Amino acid sequence: MHYKPSLGSRLFDAANVAILIVFSLVTLFPFLYILATSLAPLQQVLRGGLILWPEEVTWDAYRTIFSNTHFVRSLMTTVFVTVVGTLTNLVFTVFMAYPLAKKRLKGRRTMLFLVVFTILFSGGMIPTYMVVKSVGLMNTVWSLILPGAISAFNLIIMKNFFQGIPEELEEAARIDGCKNLGVLFRIVLPLSMPALATFTLFYAVGHWNQFFAAVMYITKSNLWPIQVVLRQMIIEGSTQDFEVAMGELNIIPATIKMAAIIVATVPILLVYPFLQKHFAKGVLLGSVKG
Amino acid sequence: MNDWAAKAADAADGPLIRRKKRGGTLRMDWDLYLLLLPGLLFFIIFKYVPMWGVVIAFQEYSPFKGILGSDWVGLQHFAKLFAYDKFWEIFRNTLLISFYNLIFFFPAPIILALLLNELRHQLFKRSIQTIIYLPHFISWVVVVGMTYLLLGTQGGIVNEIIAAFGGEKVAFLTTPEYFRTLLVSQSVWKEAGWGTIIFLAALSGVDTQLYEAAIVDGAGRWRQLWHITLPAIRSTIFILLILRLGNILDVGFEHVFLMLNSTVMSVGDVFETYVYREGLIGGKFSYTTAVGLFKSLVGLALVLGANWLTKKFGEEGVF
Repeated sequence: MHYKPSLGSRLFDAANVAILIVFSLVTLFPFLYILATSLAPLQQVLRGGLILWPEEVTWDAYRTIFSNTHFVRSLMTTVFVTVVGTLTNLVFTVFMAYPLAKKRLKGRRTMLFLVVFTILFSGGMIPTYMVVKSVGLMNTVWSLILPGAISAFNLIIMKNFFQGIPEELEEAARIDGCKNLGVLFRIVLPLSMPALATFTLFYAVGHWNQFFAAVMYITKSNLWPIQVVLRQMIIEGSTQDFEVAMGELNIIPATIKMAAIIVATVPILLVYPFLQKHFAKGVLLGSVKG
Repeated sequence: MNDWAAKAADAADGPLIRRKKRGGTLRMDWDLYLLLLPGLLFFIIFKYVPMWGVVIAFQEYSPFKGILGSDWVGLQHFAKLFAYDKFWEIFRNTLLISFYNLIFFFPAPIILALLLNELRHQLFKRSIQTIIYLPHFISWVVVVGMTYLLLGTQGGIVNEIIAAFGGEKVAFLTTPEYFRTLLVSQSVWKEAGWGTIIFLAALSGVDTQLYEAAIVDGAGRWRQLWHITLPAIRSTIFILLILRLGNILDVGFEHVFLMLNSTVMSVGDVFETYVYREGLIGGKFSYTTAVGLFKSLVGLALVLGANWLTKKFGEEGVF
């Protein structure tokens, strides 16, 4: 545009940029503070005050949490649940979405209705708990995987995505001798990679951050995922496991808590840039109306 | 009823391609039915069996007698519920938290999206977007944990700064007056950035010629915002608002659960936290199932009502 921006327009831009920078700084500040403090040497932490840059990098807090078997075991549980859980989610969702995308399928409308209805109404916490208990999932990692195997929302979105794939491709594959499953694995899935990447990300983040299911279904602390252990450490302030270690290493618990937060957060943030290029835009926004 | 669900599910369909009816789809598509099986089992076991399980709200459920053997008590639990002050307290808390969210959280992504949309420098815009999307991927446990580390009275950096300036330490986490404010602030911090995506997508479709024409007509930045940008996202705002109203009893329960402690119970206890405490911990299965059922039914009515309202206003409904 060739119009010279007026003074008011430039002020508008300046204010806008300032507001967004402030919001971004507020977003980043807790991360920076916690990361810096978790790495800061003891003297600096004891001096108090705001730490945004460690005087020198010390890994003591990290060594402490990684030498704590309870913490490491919970991390392993979470990694397992995230990997196996996400695979389960994808297999269940794809397998159900594909037939439901076929208009010729008998009983399809009824099944779709039953799926959508679960978004609108649910039996609630207690009856669900009773089911999980009676099928013998209590105190197993499967209680964190199976009761949430399919998100009805994601199922519908994936079904719509499959329906968007031109039918001619399927016809062509059939002429070349593909059956239903061949079409799914050779045509539909390869064309759905962006969608699958997005769902992988969302399901994986969900599993990594899973908290309340574990509170309900897992009563043995040796099976707890990382989020439950984090809560116990930071919010309930129960650090009996760590006080012993503290005595030995002479580190105040705050740095340990902060190191634990970093360890529980960084892996899931690392996934984000890898999948970002396929991101939400194409898949989700096309399906959310408005 | 079947119709609207299927219609909803088909919302994004392309033109319908009709196939010739071939004899016996069961014979040809048996593998498709096989694929459906795990998913159907999932929905039956983990969604529909619990729906049937709500019958214990009308029983005096005893784990020893089981659902089939427990005594029926009719609407006794519901009568107890409505006569109970505590029930109205959790109802009020839920509505107040939702109301706070509606007033202070709901507009946040819209404002952010409008601000982002005004940025001219694309690299700067993308950097800001990357930063403000980040907190969406963090668990509520971490968000609440960070809040404890920042705002706590023992070593919390905010209170240390207050103390350094000679102020008195503030017990943010254990004062009922701060509870809802904290809750909404955390939600804005975590989700406002992510929430901009849907609005930015709507805005990306706006024809830039509209802005050029407006400039020729002498419209300033505010007039452009008011007459071009806002109308472009009006229907998105409207649909999200209606959806929010339909889900007014859902307050992000994991978040509330983590923020609750005994000192803020009077303002923070909501449906699910109450059901969890009294039901799972306290063992009052039938009574708390009645509480949950009440919430689910009101929620269902609200969602259907909101959807009806959306259509009434000439927008496309969600279902």
